[in-house]
Amino acid sequence: MRLFVPLTITFVAGIIMILQFFVPATQSMGESLQEWYMIVASFAIFIGAANLLQVHVHRIRFKGRNWKYSPVTIVGFSAMILTGLILGIEKGTPFNFLFLEMVAPMSATMFSLLAFFVASAAFRAFRASNWRATLLLISAFVVMLGRVPIGAMIWPRIPLISEWIMQVPNLAGQRAVMIGAAMGMVATSLRMIFGIERSYLGGAD
Amino acid sequence: MGTFTEKLGSIDRRVIFTVIALSVVVPLAARLNLPIPITPGPSTDMFDAVEALPTGSIVLLSFDYDPSTMPELQPMAFAITQHLMRKDIKIVSMALWPMGVSLGNEALTSVSDSLGREEYVDWVNLGYKTGGGVLIVRMGSNIKSVFPEDYNGNSVDDIPIMEHINKLGDFDMLISLSAGDPGVPAWIMMAGDRYDIPIGGGCTAVSAPQFYPYLGTGQLIGLLGGLKGAADYETLVRIGQDDPPPGTAIPGMAAQSVAHLVIMLFIILGNISYLAGKKKKGGVK
Repeated sequence: MRLFVPLTITFVAGIIMILQFFVPATQSMGESLQEWYMIVASFAIFIGAANLLQVHVHRIRFKGRNWKYSPVTIVGFSAMILTGLILGIEKGTPFNFLFLEMVAPMSATMFSLLAFFVASAAFRAFRASNWRATLLLISAFVVMLGRVPIGAMIWPRIPLISEWIMQVPNLAGQRAVMIGAAMGMVATSLRMIFGIERSYLGGAD
Repeated sequence: MGTFTEKLGSIDRRVIFTVIALSVVVPLAARLNLPIPITPGPSTDMFDAVEALPTGSIVLLSFDYDPSTMPELQPMAFAITQHLMRKDIKIVSMALWPMGVSLGNEALTSVSDSLGREEYVDWVNLGYKTGGGVLIVRMGSNIKSVFPEDYNGNSVDDIPIMEHINKLGDFDMLISLSAGDPGVPAWIMMAGDRYDIPIGGGCTAVSAPQFYPYLGTGQLIGLLGGLKGAADYETLVRIGQDDPPPGTAIPGMAAQSVAHLVIMLFIILGNISYLAGKKKKGGVK
């Protein structure tokens, strides 16, 4: 029963979602399922928020690893929730101020750190060790120069060559990957619908 | 000589970090501006597609990103909003990412205030709803059931700009500024292909290559890739303007130029050291 119910739900929902593309009579059922999905997905946000609080409260109570950061998380989380719920989220509200002046720059800073790691990794690992690696290296240089104004200042044709690399070899490779991934997705979806693939049940097989 | 080349390959990463930081900070602090060469490509296609829209058209602008990718995507949001509002094209905005709503609202209110446009008449922000691709499919048949209220909690039935908008097919164009999933691919698959709506996109530089197949098939009418795409669009929007609007992408390109050169220099140094080491060991004859 523990296995039969989720597999049946998956089969029925999957078949309806496929049929709605081809059988007009099943279209309204498909739309209902889409509504359900959005409601369930909305609840997932609350579950995520509750889980975040639970994890950090637990970490503080039992002095878990790096527990000293947890109060910061809880204070930040509470500050955003309370200011948003009590004072609103429109422009000029404390929530909006906290978002634009604290959340936004901190998130952008974290993402910007990638530039440093990319530079360090490229220095250590990007080697012209064989002809294929050398080809990759040359292509990377052309694209890097073609994406910045200084490339055109060095030679006006660099942006054009860069765009050619993007539109021909890159496109061919990306399309191959995309078609392969799509075929894999169809196969996996069918395996899930027909109950062959059960890993999404969390090992309940 | 051999020792020197070997040392080149073992530069401390703190040195690399410092040089990269300086290569970004110095051009920005010195307000170094480089001319942005506009070459025909996805950026100009995007601009031309928006330019071809007649006055009074309605565009759905989706802010599908968060603050982490803001430096690349927010300048696009400003430039596209300026272009649309300047052409008297109405904007209905929304977000597939929760934090995209506030970022989009910031761009919309700033540009609207500077150009004297009116909320609910010239633009509206519907806010965020979860669901990704499924949400888009639902919007294909009924937008007002998905977004009964706008970002400020007002009923969409009372909003003038939404009077004739009931489903995705009522829009003249969709533009998604996307930092990942859900984003541009979801809009193409769930809206563009099903309801035959032209779709334009903006994305981070790192994800731009994966969208080129959609450009090749015409499923994407144009694409702004990274800060370069944003700078292209800023430049194109500025053409013919007596008082061009300020932007952050064009100044950012100078910093990016220097940073790219520095990274390339480090790669060359690393390879000199590698090849010298290989030669010393007898690997290169």
